[in-house]
Amino acid sequence: MKNNISPFTKFRQSRIFWPLVALLLIFIFDGIYAPGFFKLGILDGHLYGNLIDVINNGAPLVLVAIGMTMVIATGGVDLSVGAVIAISAAMGAVLINPAFGNELISNDILTQNVSRTPLGLIVLANLAAGTACGLWNGFLVSRAKIQPMVATLILMVAGRGIAQLITNGQIMTIYYTPYFFFGNGYILGLPVAVYIVLAVLGLAWLLVRKTSIGLFVESVGINAESTYYSGISEKNVKLLAYTFCGFCSAIAGLILSSYVHSADANNIGLNYELDGILSVVIGGTLMAGGRFSLLASVIGALVIRTFTITMYTVGIPANALLAAKAVLVLIVILLYSEQAHKIINAVFERKGRSKDAKN
Amino acid sequence: MSRFKSIVLLMVIASLALAACSSAAATEAAAPAAEEAAPAEEAAAPAAEEMTAYTYADMTLCYPQLGAESDWRTANTASIKQTAEELGVTLIFSDAQQKQENQISAVRACIQQGVDVIALPPVVEDGWDAVLTEAKDAGIPVIIVDRSVSADSSLYAAHIGSDMFLEGQRAAEEMNKLLPDGGNILELSGTVGSGAATGRAEGFRDALNANITILDSQTGNFTRAEAIPVMEAFLKKYAGQVDGVFIHNDDMAIGAVEAIKAAGIEPGELKIVSVDGTRGGFQAMIDGWIQADVECNPLLGPQVMEMGLKLMNGEAVDPETLTNETVYYPEEAEELLPTRQY
Repeated sequence: MKNNISPFTKFRQSRIFWPLVALLLIFIFDGIYAPGFFKLGILDGHLYGNLIDVINNGAPLVLVAIGMTMVIATGGVDLSVGAVIAISAAMGAVLINPAFGNELISNDILTQNVSRTPLGLIVLANLAAGTACGLWNGFLVSRAKIQPMVATLILMVAGRGIAQLITNGQIMTIYYTPYFFFGNGYILGLPVAVYIVLAVLGLAWLLVRKTSIGLFVESVGINAESTYYSGISEKNVKLLAYTFCGFCSAIAGLILSSYVHSADANNIGLNYELDGILSVVIGGTLMAGGRFSLLASVIGALVIRTFTITMYTVGIPANALLAAKAVLVLIVILLYSEQAHKIINAVFERKGRSKDAKN
Repeated sequence: MSRFKSIVLLMVIASLALAACSSAAATEAAAPAAEEAAPAEEAAAPAAEEMTAYTYADMTLCYPQLGAESDWRTANTASIKQTAEELGVTLIFSDAQQKQENQISAVRACIQQGVDVIALPPVVEDGWDAVLTEAKDAGIPVIIVDRSVSADSSLYAAHIGSDMFLEGQRAAEEMNKLLPDGGNILELSGTVGSGAATGRAEGFRDALNANITILDSQTGNFTRAEAIPVMEAFLKKYAGQVDGVFIHNDDMAIGAVEAIKAAGIEPGELKIVSVDGTRGGFQAMIDGWIQADVECNPLLGPQVMEMGLKLMNGEAVDPETLTNETVYYPEEAEELLPTRQY
């Protein structure tokens, strides 16, 4: 029996099995209570429906989850992703109509559908700001040897303040339409954000699975010291992970600010660090570090997003929203416990055995 | 797993510590000082009566702002600061970052400094009795600004602010006008439990015509980012059934308009009534998306300073002052937009 493992057993043991089960459970729930949830239509030449919303406004969370997976795999955590989103969004919004010298930026200038900075430069500055934040976290963790939680807590607290300094305490509304492409645009009927996510996921996958970096990341997460004695620079591996997480958060900031047409230093990307960590946990990557799966974290993020949209569709009252979310988290975490796995595996194995016996 | 637990634990401790340490320190320092300040103030009071009337230059005003959560609040802060500068009032300003304990310690610090007037925009309704009593004992008049408090009205001099219930009623009247034959509407409400969201929701239901049905209501937390997904889900669930939307503030309205645009709905197909009257709301009216915008005026600086001076001079003031507010319509939006200060 060991020589020929059935494809189903193989799938059941893979990392994306449990997140997919969670997603499936929500879909079944939708099928029963909100049948219209799966309806897809075509509007203005692009797909339109709840599922498209899930992948479109879930894209920032998916990106954060990809970055967070790398950091958690090294045995760390990044609490600053929400603040980094705010900083990069603020950077992008401010650069659309920057104030040169003593020039006064009046309301007429701000509300015009023009930019005084090329779009490419805006995007570049946006990404650079977030990546720099990631680099800062990486230095604190790898070089200053501060515990990841504490090191990233600094930017979590300070980051929104920095974003407020950039936007001068105002909510910056964006009127420059080409900027909306990232959050509201469509290519071949699918949201632009989906292509961005696929590109980042592809890049990350190449990085960790086609080079030895993925192996290094896992080995640092399992045992940093022995990794060091094996001749691998664990410092640089950590630095890379945090910088990559900052980069992912920056893209998330770009998409989010483009999606809501504004940069609100106080609220943009609020609680994304928690949802990001939750996505990784739902994806089955251990908080202690070590083996990880990017795809599983992506599905984890989609689980959270699908659930939120489901709550709105089903019509859960506003004051019960957080409690409902807590129930989901509880169920998922229980599903992941060793005990639950044992029981479920036992059920499957018994079935499998009887099937084998018949054959 | 234990790592995750410790993260959660650490975050809880961190948030508690951040919130607690500032207020605890200030409380200890302020408590004895408040007792000392009380007799001193009494001694000063008779002397003051003999003097001629105070002017703005004599006034030290304490304004413990609750935070900077929206365009409205930013405009409110700017108004207070600007008015103080123009009138020559000494302003002691602080930002409580939406935490009541920070605000209480800020008020205590002001009592300790012996300011002339305290103007307090309370972050929540309850829990002000103790600190208001301290201010009263110290002989410092307190003006409650913007939101209201549940404390006994003898503890503060006056309340200047918007009547959220009235705003809701005004919005309902606009909706009645826009949908004379009735219809189905949706509601995007503010932060759960905030005075603004509760008052507007109640007032709206109070004055809404019976032939208009509220199909569904969900919070958007007064922010754009949360309003968009809610509106998207609503539009899919109630496709073709909705005639109007009541939205509790302009920021959420701007977000909702994005979702409505994406659903392929033309401006004016859905009747939207919003609250605030910010620049963004005006722009949306010009573009034809919002049909009526109920004003909620943040420019309270002049009113607060004027009342503060009256209180210093012992003049009588109206204990319940409403801000001057109106309803704006798309026809006048283009003309008024350049004059909007927030």
